[in-house]
Amino acid sequence: MENRSLVTIADHSREKIMYLIRMGQQFEQHPNRLLLQGKVVATLFFEPSTRTRLSFETAANRLGARVIGFADPKVTSGTKGETLKDTIMMVSNYADIIVMRHYLEGAARYASEIAPVPIINAGDGANQHPSQTMLDLYTIYQTQGTLDNLNIFLVGDLKYGRTVHSLLMAMRHFNPTFHFIAPDELAMPDSYKAYCKEHNIQYVEHKKFDADIISEADILYMTRVQRERFTDLMEYERVKDRYLLKLPMLAKARENMKILHPLPRVNEIEYSIDDDPHAYYFQQARNGLFARQALICDALGITLEQVQNDTTII
Amino acid sequence: MFNGQCSMSMKRQLLVAALENGTVIDHIPCDKVFQVINLLHLDQNDHDAITIGLNLESERIGLKGIIKVANRFFTDEELNQLSVITPNVSLAIIRGYEVVEKKDVCMPPTLSGIICCPNPKCICNNEPMRTLFHAVPGTDHLTCHYCGTTVRQRDVTLC
Repeated sequence: MENRSLVTIADHSREKIMYLIRMGQQFEQHPNRLLLQGKVVATLFFEPSTRTRLSFETAANRLGARVIGFADPKVTSGTKGETLKDTIMMVSNYADIIVMRHYLEGAARYASEIAPVPIINAGDGANQHPSQTMLDLYTIYQTQGTLDNLNIFLVGDLKYGRTVHSLLMAMRHFNPTFHFIAPDELAMPDSYKAYCKEHNIQYVEHKKFDADIISEADILYMTRVQRERFTDLMEYERVKDRYLLKLPMLAKARENMKILHPLPRVNEIEYSIDDDPHAYYFQQARNGLFARQALICDALGITLEQVQNDTTII
Repeated sequence: MFNGQCSMSMKRQLLVAALENGTVIDHIPCDKVFQVINLLHLDQNDHDAITIGLNLESERIGLKGIIKVANRFFTDEELNQLSVITPNVSLAIIRGYEVVEKKDVCMPPTLSGIICCPNPKCICNNEPMRTLFHAVPGTDHLTCHYCGTTVRQRDVTLC
C-alpha cells in the first residue's frame, strides 16, 4: 500500500508543492465542507504546541471530520512506559489518520513506517515541521504570485530554527536567493550551506540589518531567538536583541515585500509594524488552516480534482 | 641458516595455522579485532573452530589481527558490514586448504542495526528498534535514516 504520510517537505517535488498550493487555494475559497465526514483524525501531541494543534484540529473540524487525541503528554501511557510504537498501533485502530508532534527527532519517520494509517508530522524535535513549511510556501505564493526567483531574507535564529531549514530545502526547486542574517552564535549551520551549494541555491550572508539591506527583499522571514534552546542563558541574553525589526527600517522596502514569522513572536518585530502593509504574519498563520486542510486531504488520498468537484461545501 | 629458515617457516605456520574450509579475515587493525568478532556474532558461535591472532607482523599495516573461522562462509551482506570498522580488511574463502576466492569489503548502501546514532534525541536511541543508516555516496559519511544526523565512518560507535 502506498505510504501517504508526510514526514518532511524535502520529499516533495516542485509539482507536488504546487499541487498542494492549488488544493489549499480551494480551501481558502471554501474552508467549510463535509469532505471528511465519517473520518476520524487523531492529534497526538507528545509535546505541547497550542497553535499547531489548534490549526490542525480546526482544519479537520471544518472539513467535517471528528477529532480525537491528546494535547498533554502527561495524560498518555507514555508516562507509564509505553513505547511510541504501541501508542501508534493502538491509535491506528481508531483513527483514519494521525497528526503527531513528538519531542524526539525522527519520531514521525518511524511512526510512518509502522503505522497502517497515514502520519502527518506536526514537528519532531528540532528535525522537521513540514506543515509550517507548507503554509510558508503557500503564503509566499499568495503574496508574490510565484515561488520562482525570489529574494528571501532569513533573520534571527538560523541555527536552531527548523522552519528556516525546511523552507530552505523546499525552495530548492524555485531558484531563490537566500540572505542569512544572524548572530554568529546562531548562524546558518554549515550543513545547510553545503545543502545550498549542492542544490545550486544562491545565498549571501549579512551582518548589517538596516533599510538598505531590507530594500532588496521580497520576503523578510523573521524568527524568534528560542530561549529554550540555550543551556547558557548569558549567551541567550547576549544575542536575543541583536536583530530587531523596527518600523523605520521598512522605509525603502519593495512594495511587494512581506514580513513573515512562524510565531510566536517575542520582540523581534516591533508592534507598530503590525499595521504596516508589509506585515503579513497573521495572514500567514491563517493560511495554516488551508495548507493543513490540503495536507490532511492529500494524506487521505483525496485528490485536487475531488476537492474542485466537491459538492459538500457548506 | 637452514635451521633459522626452517624455524622461521615453522613459526609462520604456527602463527597462521592452515584452515581446511572456512573464511579468513586478514589485515584487521589490532584495535578492531574484537569489534569484528562482535559484528559477525562470532562470540555466539559455539561449534566452529575460531582462531584469533593479534599483534602479528604485517608489511601492509605494521601490526595486524587475523580471524579464521572454520566451516563458515559469510554472505556478502554480512561481510560488507565490516567496511564500517575495517574498510581495508582482506577476505579469503578456503576450501580443501586452497584459497578459492579473495574478496574486498565495500560499504553497503544501508546499515541496519549495526551502528548507534550519535544524536541522543533521535527516536532510535529511545525506542526498542533497530538503527538504520544510509551511506552518502562519494563520501565517508553515513546519515541516520530517522533524524538525519550525519556521522563520519571513522567516528561510528557500534550498537
